[in-house]
Formats: sequence, C-alpha cells, structure tokens
Amino acid sequence: MKAKKKTDSLLSLAFAILSVVYVMPIVVVVINSFKKKSFISLKPFAFPDAKSFAGLENYVRGVEKIEFFKYFGYSVIITITSVVLILICCSMCAWFITRVKSRVSKLMYYLCVFSMVVPFQMVMFTLSKTADMLKLNSPWTICIIYLGFGAGLAVFMFCGFVKNIPIEIEEAAMIDGCSPLQTFFKVVLPIMKPTYITVGILETMWIWNDYLLPYLVLDLKKYKTIPIVIQYLRGGYGRVDMGAIMACLVLAIIPIIVFYISCQKYIIKGVVDGAVKG
Amino acid sequence: MEKSIKRYFPIFALPTMLAFCIGFVIPFIEGIYLSFCKFTTVLDAKWIGLGNFKNALADPVFAHAFWYTAAFVVVSLIIVNLCALGLALLLVRGFKGTNLYRTVFFMPNLIGGIVLGYVWQLILNGLLLEIDRTLTYSEAYGFWGLMILICWQQIGYMMIIYIAGLQTIPGEIIESAEMDGATKWQVLKGIKIPMIMPSITICTFLTVTNSFKLFDQNLSLTAGEPAKMSEMLALNIYNTFYGRVGWEGVGQAKAVIFFILVVGIALIQLKLTKSKEVQQ
Repeated sequence: MKAKKKTDSLLSLAFAILSVVYVMPIVVVVINSFKKKSFISLKPFAFPDAKSFAGLENYVRGVEKIEFFKYFGYSVIITITSVVLILICCSMCAWFITRVKSRVSKLMYYLCVFSMVVPFQMVMFTLSKTADMLKLNSPWTICIIYLGFGAGLAVFMFCGFVKNIPIEIEEAAMIDGCSPLQTFFKVVLPIMKPTYITVGILETMWIWNDYLLPYLVLDLKKYKTIPIVIQYLRGGYGRVDMGAIMACLVLAIIPIIVFYISCQKYIIKGVVDGAVKG
Repeated sequence: MEKSIKRYFPIFALPTMLAFCIGFVIPFIEGIYLSFCKFTTVLDAKWIGLGNFKNALADPVFAHAFWYTAAFVVVSLIIVNLCALGLALLLVRGFKGTNLYRTVFFMPNLIGGIVLGYVWQLILNGLLLEIDRTLTYSEAYGFWGLMILICWQQIGYMMIIYIAGLQTIPGEIIESAEMDGATKWQVLKGIKIPMIMPSITICTFLTVTNSFKLFDQNLSLTAGEPAKMSEMLALNIYNTFYGRVGWEGVGQAKAVIFFILVVGIALIQLKLTKSKEVQQ
C-alpha cells in the first residue's frame, strides 16, 4: 500500500510538470501579446521588460486593424444560428426516419452515414458555387449550408438515440390526442435532452473553428469569421504585424477557454458519447 | 401511428432533406461529374473523359503530397495513440489532481486549427532560432513541427476516449488476475487491451481520418513551404483548384482520388480492428 502511495505522489508530480509544459504554448502567446512587435520574433521566450513592454497597445491596434469585434459578432451569429437549426431540423428528421419505415427513410439514413466520411475537398468547389448561385453567402443564410453539410453526423447520432426510446410512450401520447408535432415537442424532445447537448457541443466546436467552408461560401468583402480574419492578418500583404497577431490569437482563445471551463463536464461527456456512437 | 406521422413529412423531414441535397448530395454528384470535365466555372464544363485523372496522377507534387501525408498518418497514428493510452492508463489510477490534468490535456482540442497553427509557429520558430533555422527550412522541419502540433491537439481527446473505455472494465477481473499472479504487463496485454478494443477502433479511426484530412493546421503552420514540400493532400487539392487557372478539373479529379482513398482506408481500418474486437 505504501509503495502505491509513493508512486502515486511521484506520478502526481510528473503530471503537474507535464501540465505546465502543456499550457506553455498558450502562456507564451499571452506573454508575447504584451511585448512590442519588434521584440516578438527575436526573443519569443523572454518576459517583457521595461524596454519591450507594450501594455495594451497590441490589443488596441489588432482590434482596430481587423475590426475584430465585428467579425467576432459574425462568428457568434453563424455558430448560434447553425447549431440551433441543426439541432431542431436534424432531431425532427431523425425521429421521422426512425419511426416511419420506408425506402426514403432508409436511403436518407445511409446517405447520412456516407456523408460523414466524405472529405470536404470533394465538394468544396461545387458547394461554394451552389451557395453563390442560391445567394446563401451571408452570415444569416450560411446556416443552411451548415445544416446540409452537418446533417450527416447529427441525424446519425439522433437516430441512434431515438431507436432506444420505447415507442409505447409516444403511442400513449398520440392516443391521448397529441398530434405528431405535439408528441415530438412535448414527449420526445425532453427525453432526448442529453443527445441535444452532445450534438450541440460537437457542432459548436466544429462550426466555431471552421475555416475553409465560410472562407469559400461567405462574401468575403463584407463578412468574415474569426479564423478567416486571423489567416488574413497573417497572410496579408506588407509587413506582418506580430504584435497584432498575438493579441488577436489571445482574443480568439479566451472565449473558447471560458466556454470550456464553464461547461467542461458536458463537453467531455459529449465527446465521449459522440465518439462511442460515431 | 406511422401513418399519422407520415402526413407530417413536409414539416419533419423535408427541411433537412432539402438542405442535405443543397449542402451535400448535389455538390457531391456534380463533383464526380466535373472530375471528367474541363471547366473554370460550373457552367462551362466540357466532357474530356479521363484526362484530368491522367494529369493528376502525373503531377509529381501530388505524388509527393501523397507520400508525405501517408508518412504523417502512420507516424501520428502510432505516437498519438501510444501517448494517449499511456496517459489514460496512468490517470485511471486516480491519484491527486487527476481531474485537473484531464482538463488541461483536453483543452487544446477546442482551439481551432488556424489559431493553433500560429501559436505553434511562434513557439517552434522561437526554438529553432537557437540553431538559426525556421520551420520552413526543409520539409522535415515542417513534418515534425506539424507532428508536435497534432500530438498536442489530439492526445487529450483520444485520452478521454481511452479513459472512458478503461473505466468500463470491472475491477474484479483485474483483481482476480492479480491474485492468480499475473504481472502488470500480462494484465495489460491479456485483459485491458482486449477489453478496450472498441475504444482503440474509434481512436485509431479518428487519428487516421483526422491526419489524412488535415488542412487548417497545415495551411497556418507552413502553408506548404518550402516550395510545396510540406504540402499535404488536402492543401495540395486546394492549391490546385484556386492557385492554378485552368487546372480546376485536375483539382476535382484529385479530390475524387482523395475521397476514394479516405473511404478505402477507413473501411480497411474498421475491418481490421473490428475483427480483433470479435475475437476477445
């Protein structure tokens, strides 16, 4: 027993060190965001001293240069509308195709499973042209594209859950006079709450961080998302402003960490459930 | 009941199906068709048969990207899964601070590929400064830089899945094996690994497909530099489409080849690990 205790405290120490190493990259970026831009590339691991300390200068410049908060707003709009739309439409569709046994249902199910393995590069050109043609290139309409491309995973996961709901509950509701719509929203939806959280988290992680799809679909003269803006800042013409980049990286990471810490339990559970079913 | 639900088809299933057609089915079919055509927009497509595929397969950069990606997939598959499983085995012992460590290791996974790429570009270029090199010095630097990034991002994710798998093993089995005098290695090889085979299937599947489809991190870390030598398949396809006028058809043909590769590898891999699952 004593030996176990000793190895355990050694392990704990080793993991503590490893954890510090693990968060180091982010800490280094935070440190650099407070340094003057000419010092960043030269001595990335040095703490800012009196000469190189820049205060919030980088943040002010970075935010102004790329209108950070405007595009942050677009990112929020796109993520929220898309996730909500995916959750509502895909859960309804999944319930329908599990309860109504027909050839169309079966085809839809297998197409969804199939779509999960297809790489985005396969459809990127034609998808962006289709989106252009249908004028789906604004932050308010791109959710339709996300619904279409994200339907595979969501429908598949909801189907997996609906199959385990005893059909008797729904039958009882219908006999008591509920229409299918009432049955779905009053009976099925509350039972499926855990799946909503799982799918919601997976889709949020995907859409918030997605770069290529919004880059190809959105009208870039007017709209951008956070990943696009950061890529622009770096890949743009002229001298690269490292200070502004560091500040924007920090600003892009903060909301994710806040989101993670506040719903950590759900995120980890969601990932495990999602992986086991997928 | 089925009949009354069926009448509600337009409300329940139609919106998703329409969006699915716009977002997946139509672009997919059109994509396959266009891979046999010469075009610059969707409307001016002219059928040219297998010409695009010939061009794609004759492109040395594409071949290089293929081998580069294949090597990356194999190496990342081994490193990520060994590290993740190792960490998971240690963390399920349940010493002080386990939850905190789990939280820390998982965190990088939530940060997007573009942001991660620039974070690591700073760190790695900073380290390489000591020996007067940068990430884009040669393809090997880009390869291992990207490998470090991917390990950092994915080990935590896979670890969580392995922990979930390890926690389903009943304690009595391991205890009784230990009573019978099994060594730690025997317990691991004879009990733990076979019992978590489903988790291994999932994790290997995820690492293989993630590495194979890697795009954002590749774009932001090295963007294929130097001279496209650190370009992976997904980025190569993208650059063929949007970097070379007149080569859109070849890009689409490459995408079709890429799609077949991904599906093929996914199927083979699932079959291999699944067959092990049945044997236990």
